[in-house]
Amino acid sequence: MAAVTEEIPLAKALNAGLRAALAADEKVLLMGEDIGKLGGVFRVTEGLQEEFGTRRVIDTPLAESGIVGTAIGLAMRGYRPVCEIQFDGFIFPAFDQITTQLAKLTSRTAGAVQMPVVIRVPYGGHIGAVEHHQESPEAYFAHTAGLRVVSPSTPNDGYWMIQEAIASNDPVLFFEPKSRYWPKGPVDFSRSAAELHSTRVVRTGTDVTIVGHGAMVATLLAAAQVAAEEGVSIEVLDLRSLSPVDYAPILASVEKTGRLVVCQEATGFASVGSEIAATVAERAFYSLESPVLRVSGFDTPYPPSKIESFYLPDADRVLEAVDRALAY
Amino acid sequence: MADVSPTVQFLSIDGTFAPNEAAEEYLPFLDGLSDEDHRQFYRDMAITRRFDEECTNLQRQGQMGLWPPSHGQEAAQVGSARASRPQDVIFPSYREHAVALVRGIDVVDIVKVMRGVSMGGWDPTDPANGNFRNYCLVIGSHALHATGYAMGVQFDGLVATGNVERDIAVMAYFGDGATSQGDVSEAFVFSASNQTPQVFFLQNNHWAISVPVTTQSRTPLYLRPRGFGIPTVQIDGNDVLASYATTRKHLDDARSGRGPALIEALTYRIGAHTTSDDPTRYQTPEQLAHWVARDPIIRFAAYLRGLGASDAFFDEVQQEADDVSADVRHRTLELGPPALSAIFENVYSEPHPVMAEQQAWLDAYEASLKEGA
Ligand SMILES: Cc1ncc(C[n+]2csc(CCOP(=O)(O)OP(=O)(O)O)c2C)c(N)n1
Ligand SMILES: [Mg+2]
Repeated sequence: MAAVTEEIPLAKALNAGLRAALAADEKVLLMGEDIGKLGGVFRVTEGLQEEFGTRRVIDTPLAESGIVGTAIGLAMRGYRPVCEIQFDGFIFPAFDQITTQLAKLTSRTAGAVQMPVVIRVPYGGHIGAVEHHQESPEAYFAHTAGLRVVSPSTPNDGYWMIQEAIASNDPVLFFEPKSRYWPKGPVDFSRSAAELHSTRVVRTGTDVTIVGHGAMVATLLAAAQVAAEEGVSIEVLDLRSLSPVDYAPILASVEKTGRLVVCQEATGFASVGSEIAATVAERAFYSLESPVLRVSGFDTPYPPSKIESFYLPDADRVLEAVDRALAY
Repeated sequence: MADVSPTVQFLSIDGTFAPNEAAEEYLPFLDGLSDEDHRQFYRDMAITRRFDEECTNLQRQGQMGLWPPSHGQEAAQVGSARASRPQDVIFPSYREHAVALVRGIDVVDIVKVMRGVSMGGWDPTDPANGNFRNYCLVIGSHALHATGYAMGVQFDGLVATGNVERDIAVMAYFGDGATSQGDVSEAFVFSASNQTPQVFFLQNNHWAISVPVTTQSRTPLYLRPRGFGIPTVQIDGNDVLASYATTRKHLDDARSGRGPALIEALTYRIGAHTTSDDPTRYQTPEQLAHWVARDPIIRFAAYLRGLGASDAFFDEVQQEADDVSADVRHRTLELGPPALSAIFENVYSEPHPVMAEQQAWLDAYEASLKEGA
């Protein structure tokens, strides 16, 4: 089949992926606040209620625990619910349902009950928003066994990963980097670029490996570009999956470069980045020329948006760590 | 059964004073109001309408991240706020700008939150701020805080001493959408169980962003808390007198040890949910026109004219509203970003090694960038 490629933004790519999933399997349902007529506050579900009806694309009452709890019941009944949480900071009313029920039902029933539930969460900062609208809470979920956690960084991954997440028989926390909803990128509608849980090399290099996910990937690519102009060759990896983590490409890259910087918007303490740093230190100790370094948001609440740029790791902060790694 | 409206209303849509049957028991609570009190209600509503519009403009001009307008809900807010006594404690959601104004909050402190230069905007423990707690963006969660605070007031013996000038009542504001949150139902449970001195003030503005109230509830919302054992009343929320009289009664009942109550104010969000919203996607022009015709400020102006208020009065209020709004604009434009130390300060109330270490790192890093430049 010939490649059918189109330049579209991530929000539209996710919309196309959701449409394809709804069309392919009538058990797929979308549920969330304002996802119907409004099309979601980020317009990711735009037009889908009109196309598939109010039974398949459901504007729920305003209750996140209710959304996830009823999605669990629907999954028990054979449906494949895709829940939208309106903003990162509003997932916590559903935390109990996600961590004590959704994550554990399969093991509780010795595999008799599967939970093909996807929870979509717009996350991350850079958009000048008020409190609870810019957080990166992915570590809470990666910490919980029984959940799969992924985050697409490009429109192409958005289109494919959402369909793969919906096809999974396990619960998937699907973190959408909201600052990346609007920039366009190519989507190849003919085939997926990689499997749902694979780490991808998005730029090859030889001196230092940097790895990140979601909106951070664009920052890493910008940093690699600046470094290249200064003669430093950086390899950039997009994690894509935060649980499980696909370590093989990371270890292969570190074997080549000997240096690793792990970057994330989230607070650094007890984070996904910490887990990766520890694992690479364990498994690639003899390849390392310098300690694995982390660049993260500070271990503080997300600050008022006028100073968010000082909180969020930018290309300069990534390069500062790269310099430290190289100076070893 | 006779078709008697359960909805308390004193002012008909054209501003005539015509209390309906449901309003009768609340009539005595209007007794204490002077002409000047009435004029103050109007002033509060008109000033709020004006600065609220200014804030929407400021947002459109890039001066704020977001603004949630209060347009259309001024009567519900002003009546209830004016009914509270100075010692009362208010837990708002995020749209209660008129309540904030009445309780003495500097409007620019609200702007600070929406502009992204401050997390909370104002110090809720400063007496100048009228016991008006901070805005709460996680829908419904503050209803429980209000109930817990009211339990504390009970434990402190500041209820039912017989002194209405001292006994404290607590009031939580939330919307129709919020009633679906578990936290709000749990607040009803705890409040009924403890018979807390509090009023739940529910502004049913008919929308939770794009979702109509019918998605939240098939029963009128004021009926729901009765199942929890909480007495309730529904009012015309665009009638400032209905809002005042019912809140006055139920706050005084609460402070006197007669337990909690809920007031459902039927009102309407005229316009967008926030400046990020496009209501034309889900709201019909007919719906909007229906409610514009019930504008609370126009209604109360007609009532005041009937009482003899002159053009000069309305001109004077307009001038005052313009002045307030010009001042808000002026001071908004001067609001710079907070110091970077704000990232680390007050995360903990006691010294914390990680905060000290990371702040030192950022200071050194910023200094090195300046050197490099
Ligand atoms: C827990 C939570 N979920 C979702 C949101 C996003 N959100 C902000 S306002 C809103 C609608 C609230 O409707 P309502 O309670 O009726 O209050 P109104 O905005 O109409 O005043 C939603 C869904 C939120 N702030 N908090
Ligand atoms: Mg509402």
